[in-house]
Amino acid sequence: MLELRGISYYAETRNETVRILDDINIKFEDRKLYVITGPNGGGKSSLARIIMGINRPTAGRLSLDGEDITDLDITSRARLGIGYAFQNPPRFKGINVKQLLDISVQSEQVGQTDKKACDTCALLNNVGLCASEYLHRDADTSLSGGEMKRIEIASILSRNLKFAVFDEPEAGIDLWSFAKLAETFENMHRTRNTTIVIISHQERILELADEVIVISGGKIEEVTTKQKILAEITHTSDCSCGTDCGKGVGMNA
Amino acid sequence: MLNDIDMELLEKIAGMHEIPQGAYNIRKNGEKSGRNTTANIDIITKEDKPGINVVIKPNTKGESVHIPVLLTVEGLTDIVYNTFEVGEGSDILIVAGCGIHNPGSSTARHDGIHEFYVRKGARMKYVEKHYGEGKGTGEKILNPKTIVEIEEGGIAELELVQIKGVDRTKRDTEIRLAKNARLIVTERLLTYKDQEAESAISVELAGEGSTARIISRSVAQDTSKQVFNFNITGLNRCRGHIQCDSIIMHEAKVYSMPQISALHSDAQLIHEAAIGKIESEQLIKLMSLGLSEKEAEETILKGFLK
Repeated sequence: MLELRGISYYAETRNETVRILDDINIKFEDRKLYVITGPNGGGKSSLARIIMGINRPTAGRLSLDGEDITDLDITSRARLGIGYAFQNPPRFKGINVKQLLDISVQSEQVGQTDKKACDTCALLNNVGLCASEYLHRDADTSLSGGEMKRIEIASILSRNLKFAVFDEPEAGIDLWSFAKLAETFENMHRTRNTTIVIISHQERILELADEVIVISGGKIEEVTTKQKILAEITHTSDCSCGTDCGKGVGMNA
Repeated sequence: MLNDIDMELLEKIAGMHEIPQGAYNIRKNGEKSGRNTTANIDIITKEDKPGINVVIKPNTKGESVHIPVLLTVEGLTDIVYNTFEVGEGSDILIVAGCGIHNPGSSTARHDGIHEFYVRKGARMKYVEKHYGEGKGTGEKILNPKTIVEIEEGGIAELELVQIKGVDRTKRDTEIRLAKNARLIVTERLLTYKDQEAESAISVELAGEGSTARIISRSVAQDTSKQVFNFNITGLNRCRGHIQCDSIIMHEAKVYSMPQISALHSDAQLIHEAAIGKIESEQLIKLMSLGLSEKEAEETILKGFLK
């Protein structure tokens, strides 16, 4: 179980302190799938980066299975089984897709080289990429945003994690691949012991959730069920015209 | 005879684990130490100055020439003039390189002047690696000069690599291309401590339809200094592209000066130059996959200099 207690995060700008997260308390139960949703700028990505250890909270503590991890760095948290799929994954000159995936697989399957090669292909297939086409391509600017994003997701799927956070996995991915991706998450949830957190605005992803957490203005607005969130969306379905109604344009912009 | 130090140097500069197949000429401490010629590749010692002539017969395909230079004593300045004649229609790999093992406190220096004639329709891949080692305080200096003439339809691919080890280097490369000739230069450089490296590449796109691409990637660490002066001149309908990319670390200094000169209205020339630190998101990404910060940094640099 990963627990956040009283997590606040303030960012310093030139002449003011901006409150990004304010007293967040959540317990993520083992093997559950959570979807975090809410308006942009609400603090969702900051929360994910605090869990990974990229940003340090201004106040509050984090623990994983009862062990306080607040002061652990990124590497130590990764080695404890926490993973984070970036919203905007960085690109690497001279490092190809296979090498990148090998780095993430390495810590998990030492000595199983044959299995590894085969797994890497399956991984790429799971995110809708043809392995033979991509394994030897550099993970640099020659790949499109959507391609890079899928490789990023594959790098997280490759690890046997206790806790995985996916930051807007749908961004930049076409509808066709998206259906496949949703299936992949569903499969991951069914077959693995990983606690999964997906930051998303997509109905198809919300449908996978055991619990939905709405974060807005740096606070948890509500912890609810997918049924309730989806019902709210259906209630206001007459606004599919694209006006800013708080669930369509406002949520996806 | 070649000893263990020699073999280690050979491996670093030429990827040679044993005496190579095909033609080779090993020069050690200013003297010939081994040579082999083949039916298609002849190596002849110059009579008027130190150095060799390598003559590759027309239409020689799939053969290679290795010409490593070893310096394992201090206080020696070795100068060579090597000329390569790459015959019409041939397809050849030339591996040169200089390894210095300086055991003492005075300078060991190698200045090489390489001249290449890539004849009509020939294809040459030239790999040059520099490596220096030795526990002594003596400086290891390498100043290579490379001149390449590419005739009509010829292709030259130059791979210039220098990773650590060499204290001072001034590399000067001049290349001239005739009609429909093609050139690709890839340069990889890593300096550390107080090393200094200067690289000047000057390309003349003289012939119609000629193309040139220079891709330079470097890493400057500690208090080292790097200076790049790249110039492509278009004298005809041609295409040229310079890409310089440097990662700067610690208190290093990097000067990058790409220059393009069009002397013809159908010359299409591009230059790009970038100097910056390792992106923090790259480090964070690799650390979040379980690498330590140091491992992440090494992985990024190794890929960058691949």
